[in-house]
Amino acid sequence: MQKLISLNKSVWTFPVLLLPIWILLYVNLWSMADFLTYSVLNFNQGEHLTESVFFFIYEVPKVMLLLVLIIYAVGVLRTFFTTEKTRKILEGKSLFTGNVMGAVLGVLTPFCSCSAIPLFLGFVEAGVPLGVTFSFLIAAPMINEVALVLLAGLFGWKVALIYVGTGLFIAIFSGWLIGKLKLEKYVADWVYQIKTNAEETESEQLTFNDRIIGGFTAVKEIVGKIWIYILIGIAIGAGAHGYVPEDFMSNLLGADNWYGVPLAILIGVPMYSNAAGIIPIVSVLIEKGVSLGTALAFMMSVIALSLPEIIILKKVLKWQLIAAFVGIVATGIIVVGFVFNYLI
Amino acid sequence: MDIKVLGTGCAKCNTLEKVTKEAIAELGIDATVTKVEDFIKILEFGVMTTPALVVDGKVVVKGKVPKVSEIKELLK
Repeated sequence: MQKLISLNKSVWTFPVLLLPIWILLYVNLWSMADFLTYSVLNFNQGEHLTESVFFFIYEVPKVMLLLVLIIYAVGVLRTFFTTEKTRKILEGKSLFTGNVMGAVLGVLTPFCSCSAIPLFLGFVEAGVPLGVTFSFLIAAPMINEVALVLLAGLFGWKVALIYVGTGLFIAIFSGWLIGKLKLEKYVADWVYQIKTNAEETESEQLTFNDRIIGGFTAVKEIVGKIWIYILIGIAIGAGAHGYVPEDFMSNLLGADNWYGVPLAILIGVPMYSNAAGIIPIVSVLIEKGVSLGTALAFMMSVIALSLPEIIILKKVLKWQLIAAFVGIVATGIIVVGFVFNYLI
Repeated sequence: MDIKVLGTGCAKCNTLEKVTKEAIAELGIDATVTKVEDFIKILEFGVMTTPALVVDGKVVVKGKVPKVSEIKELLK
């Protein structure tokens, strides 16, 4: 791939050539799955097993195609954002406006949870307000392109968009509240004393080709890591497809039960998983009769809050601020869960 | 040549260290590789996205793991 690209200076032709193939595949997925299930594999129409097999054969390529497209687009988009630029934009921003921008940039800026602490220190040191920094740090892991595609593929675009909307809302609101409460004194004292080498590391000048390649790299890296979770998630979804939900789960975590959402979050917070790993569990929960709001709240609490993350944060924050952060975000997720259950 | 790998212990940071050592071995140059895991020291280099590679006090890579060939280019 790398060789091919360096030989050919006009890399942009790749996506342009691949897009029609993508569309052709996507449009014909249904009939191809249909042909494969009934004509090649010879399943009988109307049986449970047939339904499950068809679901699997149809959903796997569909979700994979969507993933490749979205991750590619996000990969290219993210080459326009760097942590340094984002920090510059957020420096000294006022509450609310800053929180909105922090949350949106949290989604767009490339972020790995393993650099959360250096990033936190870098932001605070440069004068990004604490609340705005939190909006960024909450949005970055919570709103994830892989989760977006999987939710869209398995439950429809409406659910996926509500996930993004409510995720942004929680990040903006929680950061805003943390800023309002003036919790700066609960940041570890040494944080305000560090001085970075102000000498700016010059940012690389990316060419158009670099950005195109950036998209391909993102696809290779992310899809290579998560494809197995996706297969498992869809297989579970397919297995449960068309079967009646079990009473146990729907009684405990169904929409009629008021404590379903808080209970799901209580289970979800100590757990840690990335967005791709949690989706199989979410699809099981929903197939078993857990209401959508409760399942989404569970997913958000797993990816946005986790015990390992809290332990790492302890190095830079005092426990009062950690408690406020976890409490506010968890409350936000509970509200979202309830609203969801009520609306759908 | 003084080479530092900045990272807080994530999987990518270890990969970067390994890849850097490979590049050095292939080039056959004389260089020491040290790992910097302390947040404050990392920040002193102005780095917010780990892993990062510092050659003779200058940040040359941050937030990604380049290929061995790319690191060889940087070290030449």
